[in-house]
Amino acid sequence: MSIELIIGILEIILIATTPLVFAGIGELVTEKSGVLNLGVEGMMLVGAVTAFVTLVITGSYFLAFFISILSGIVMSGLFAILVLFLMSNQIATGLALTIFGIGLSSMLGKEYIGTPIDGLSPWLFVIFSFVIVFLISYFFYKTKMGLILRAVGESHNSAHALGYSVIKIRFLSILFGGSMCALAGSYISICYAPMWQEGMTAGRGWIALALVVFATWKPERVLIGAYIFGGVTILQMNLQALGLRFPGQFFSMAPYIATIIVLVLISSNRLRIKLSAPASLTIPFYKGR
Amino acid sequence: MIISRSQSSNIMNFFVPIIAIVLTLITGSIIFLLLGFDPIYALYTFFISPISSSYGVSELLVKATPLALIAIGLAFCFKNNIYNIGAEGQLTMGAIFGGGIGILFHDTNAFWLLPLMIFAGAIGGALWGLIPAFLKTKFNTNEILTSLMLVYVALFILDFLVVGPWKDPNGFSFPKSRAFSESGRMPLLFDGLRVHFGLIVTLFLIFVSWFVFSKTMFGFQLKVSGFSPKAARYAGFNQTTLIFLAFGICGAFAGIAGLSEVSGPIGLLYRDISPNYGFTAIIVAFLGRLHPVGIIFASLIIALTYLGAEDAQLFLQIPSAVGFIFQGLVLFYLLGAELLINYKLTFKRT
Repeated sequence: MSIELIIGILEIILIATTPLVFAGIGELVTEKSGVLNLGVEGMMLVGAVTAFVTLVITGSYFLAFFISILSGIVMSGLFAILVLFLMSNQIATGLALTIFGIGLSSMLGKEYIGTPIDGLSPWLFVIFSFVIVFLISYFFYKTKMGLILRAVGESHNSAHALGYSVIKIRFLSILFGGSMCALAGSYISICYAPMWQEGMTAGRGWIALALVVFATWKPERVLIGAYIFGGVTILQMNLQALGLRFPGQFFSMAPYIATIIVLVLISSNRLRIKLSAPASLTIPFYKGR
Repeated sequence: MIISRSQSSNIMNFFVPIIAIVLTLITGSIIFLLLGFDPIYALYTFFISPISSSYGVSELLVKATPLALIAIGLAFCFKNNIYNIGAEGQLTMGAIFGGGIGILFHDTNAFWLLPLMIFAGAIGGALWGLIPAFLKTKFNTNEILTSLMLVYVALFILDFLVVGPWKDPNGFSFPKSRAFSESGRMPLLFDGLRVHFGLIVTLFLIFVSWFVFSKTMFGFQLKVSGFSPKAARYAGFNQTTLIFLAFGICGAFAGIAGLSEVSGPIGLLYRDISPNYGFTAIIVAFLGRLHPVGIIFASLIIALTYLGAEDAQLFLQIPSAVGFIFQGLVLFYLLGAELLINYKLTFKRT
């Protein structure tokens, strides 16, 4: 194996893993505040399609990412209103968001399947994905706001008693998660594979959710987890390209089976999960109680 | 002001799905208006004209059959707050197991073939459902993620089979299997209509589930564990057994639904055997309030969104994905309106 090939593979791993980092870190912030949003896949799809359509219509990359992130804020805002103000079941609401996002994205993108665009170089985003992880880590463990956010996720009643607005903090965390998911989606449709195709995020949103568990809710570990997943995915594609005699479907399964194996390894230590997971995750906050 | 009710409201439990449907229709008209269609005509095309013939009603039942069967299976899980969202994978595995028997005996015509296929379908779905149950009870893994990952694995296995070992040798290398023999097909209930014996199987299993939910100790345990895990623990209910049973039953039902699709309207195995029935059934289960009768009505309503979406694409050139938008909306409104069951709204300050 030549040096060029190895560098080439490393480059592809970096490019392919970046959306997982964006979506994973966004969901991590949401979950740290005590809210589980299963709508990641749906928000990524809507983010991908709005970015793509905006780019085709206006030709402006800036507008494409701007509108896409706006779509993430609207989608996650919808979720936030339901779970925070109407106290709906977070798991079911997240699923509804994903189903809604699948429908909305295929409807918006119907006319644009196969439209060619000039892709944008991914490297700025790759660098940004590392920066944002360290920014979030700094925010959580070195700033007062970060501490408050974590407190809301651990015990919303205590945070409320101390005078912090649980609803406002959760609302903002959900919106941040939504905009990061939309960014991940727009990166996929504009940088990673410059095109639009129905369901093109291909389950990455769900892998991002698994990443948060894998990371035991610690920002830097999202990065590590994402690169393990990204690495496995790209390596299996390369082995396949080298002509290993093995049905391709079994390679394609690999990332999903790897996710299950990793979840088993991480979760089997019940104490660790219990200590790491935000204690108020999925529990609605109701002032009158 | 929102005030917690001391007891959840039964009246609201009944009205909430109706409120959700009405709000969805209103939102739907606004969407149609924005797309530049006469909303009345569009809603008529979407919700009335698809079922204005006996053929249409039969198609509605064809679509509602798998949705209702999977949803009643999901009720076993959801009642106990077990979030199995991998029914699509369990459906696929059922189709593979049952369909595999159908392919093996493709030139056999015997009365035992269809029952054997249904049985194999149930086994396939149940086995696939028991994997997340095993991982949850043994390794404490989150069943939402594992059951969902297994959907992708099942779809790739099906893909591998129909382009590889199970490909029809006379099929001009299309990715599809041999056709099942006549006795491996679900009998049609009426001449010239596609509604098939799977409907009877589904109604029977819904009745059995109603009996289990309301008349047996197991149903009672599920309900108690769902309402109060602590009470269930004090009462000594074995949560591990409940998780295995719920996943096993749900998987078996989804597997039968998958088999009834491939041996009903389709007649062979190929890649796209299900238009997301396994995921859509989650909406049916919630819309039906996890109650057998509710699920029957909900399955008809959601099946109508499939038919309506097809007609809307045909007659109004609206992409059929609009059906998913309606499905997402109805679930949003339903979950939002559920507030009214456990809380009441007043304008007095407390």
